[in-house]
Amino acid sequence: MSKQKQSAPGTVQMPARRAFLKAGAAAGGAIAAGAVPGLASATGNPENQAPNVADWSHYLGDGVDAHPYGMPSEHEAHVVRRNVEWLTADTQSSINFTPLHELDGIITPNGLCFERHHGGAAEVDPADYQLMINGLVDKPMIFTMDDLKRFPRVNRIYFLECAANSGMEWRGAQLNGCQFTHGMVHCVMYTGVPLKYILEEAGLKTNAKWLMPEGGDAAGMNRSVPIEKALDDCMIAFKMNGEALRREQGYPARLVVPGWEGNMWVKWIRRIEVGDEPWHAREETSKYTDLLENGKARRFTWEMDCKSVITNPSPQAPLMVKGHNIISGLAWSGRGTVERVDVTLDGGKNWRTARIDGPVLPKALTRFYFEFEWNGEGLLLQSRAIDSTGYIQPTKDELRVARGTNSIYHNNGIQTWHVQASGEVENVEVS
Amino acid sequence: MSRFPESRLVTACVLAAGIVLTAGLAQAGKFGIGHEATSEEVAGWDIDVRPDGQGLPEGSGSVSQGEAIFSERCAVCHGDFAEGVDRWPVLAGGRDTLKSDRPVKTIGSYWPYLSTVFDYINRAMPFGDAQSLEPDEVYAITAFLLYMNDIVTDDQFVLSKENFTTIKMPNEANFIDDDRPDTPTLAKGEPCMSNCKESVEITGRARILDVTPDADEEGGGGID
Ligand code: HEC
Repeated sequence: MSKQKQSAPGTVQMPARRAFLKAGAAAGGAIAAGAVPGLASATGNPENQAPNVADWSHYLGDGVDAHPYGMPSEHEAHVVRRNVEWLTADTQSSINFTPLHELDGIITPNGLCFERHHGGAAEVDPADYQLMINGLVDKPMIFTMDDLKRFPRVNRIYFLECAANSGMEWRGAQLNGCQFTHGMVHCVMYTGVPLKYILEEAGLKTNAKWLMPEGGDAAGMNRSVPIEKALDDCMIAFKMNGEALRREQGYPARLVVPGWEGNMWVKWIRRIEVGDEPWHAREETSKYTDLLENGKARRFTWEMDCKSVITNPSPQAPLMVKGHNIISGLAWSGRGTVERVDVTLDGGKNWRTARIDGPVLPKALTRFYFEFEWNGEGLLLQSRAIDSTGYIQPTKDELRVARGTNSIYHNNGIQTWHVQASGEVENVEVS
Repeated sequence: MSRFPESRLVTACVLAAGIVLTAGLAQAGKFGIGHEATSEEVAGWDIDVRPDGQGLPEGSGSVSQGEAIFSERCAVCHGDFAEGVDRWPVLAGGRDTLKSDRPVKTIGSYWPYLSTVFDYINRAMPFGDAQSLEPDEVYAITAFLLYMNDIVTDDQFVLSKENFTTIKMPNEANFIDDDRPDTPTLAKGEPCMSNCKESVEITGRARILDVTPDADEEGGGGID
């Protein structure tokens, strides 16, 4: 760990790959059959393994109230969100990343959902919480938390992706880890109220065309949302994965804008103004507009296009053993469902269709697997998703031809991982 | 605490009548949930400003007033000339860089509407003490930023609610609507499945620009 620089408080440094290798070697012990030389897989302490009997088989564990709110096993302490310090000037207007390589299925645990704030995570007392609706309505209204919980309620599973996810990779491979290249995405089940019920309660005027949701945080986050989207599938959510929203996800209530860029999902939402024109707020002009090579900039690029990534193996999750192995990954589309995911082991010469397992839901993460035999040869892994609109996930070069390299946002290009003979994995680009 | 001001009556009637409350019963909106906001309540939170000037408060401020406020409350992060300190945002300059390798997107070089400057500063700045500026101060700071971006050249300029919408931003015409998809789709044919390329070469490695968090150097790119 000597190579690591001092981190700011609250910042967890990623264990260096080299340190990880050393620790594995030092642990010694039995090496799994087929293990790659130099790449000791988790070996464990023989004292705790058959034929010996471990301490936990002799002595009592914690009682029921040792952890009134349960936390993961101490052996999972490395499974945390991480940030990249140099990306931003401070941690209040910053980002951290979901550890995708440690997760499976399609649901992201609440405490691991990436955070993006523009003015820190507000701590709002639900007793003080109010949601105001004003502007082009029959009657400006205020709803309390108790009010919101009296509306008819729905449960929906959606991904939320920051439009800047993979934004560091426009000029070429940069970050070694799918947590950092793709970790600005999460997927949870939201419980909340369809926004249309709340708007109808105030009564929309006939010239109501746009909404401006506004956050109650110190950034006062505001965006323009077209009324069609608001009435279609937007929600005011107060629960995620069954429990109250986490503070960093907008407790006690946030906007859910399925399939659209995460910045629009206003957290700590305090107000929605109804209008007849968009606002052109800072987050839809200065930011979240896509600068093209010719100097023009696309605005209102709301939908998150179809995208996929192999989460295992990946730079933070090397291949450990030769023989039968599993490629696992995630695919999603802001325009519908994932129809198909193809995987290549040779950098795109030959593709095979991956196996999708678990629910396939619109605008939600979808899990895919691809089982294969690894003989220790170098691999160039990629995944390519196709959604229900027929959109095919493009290569990074196709995106660069269309947009140049200054877009920052909406980089949904195909990711390549180079698996070396050692099992180590690096982020590369291929011809 | 009167948590159920309007609906209490409705509920009482419903209970008395012995029927189940369903959607469509209450007269104030479908469900009769929530209370009407007073104009005072709305005014306290209704801070947004649009390009057509809707939402602008009464007031005005000059370039020199703006300069004084900016150096006191903004310059520590954004620099005396709005040039940005360290990694804090640059607010001026960058003209004619949008087509370059390293575009500098500022109020002057990029932002399409002046209302965004007013709206954003008024709601979010100074960072850490948001919504603390008076309307006249926001007008003055906005005037100063126009001056630093050479959009107004008269150092006596006074920005007010009255002349606000006469100011046009130089990059407005360069914003276009979303025209995706801009890459192949199934409509243009099934993707290739076998023998798609003759050879594959590694053309770039993260290792070369090793900017993963355990590395010492800083890298390029950004999340904005
Ligand atoms: C403590 C540092 C700090 C101070 C003081 C500060 N700002 Fe900022 N400013 C920031 C940060 C950080 C951001 C970016 C916030 C985000 O990510 O959303 C920002 C963003 C901005 C932006 C938008 C930049 C862009 O390109 O989108 C403007 C305009 C701005 N500030 C103006 C001001 C003004 C005017 C003041 C003084 C009244 C001020 N700031 C004081 C830190 C500061």
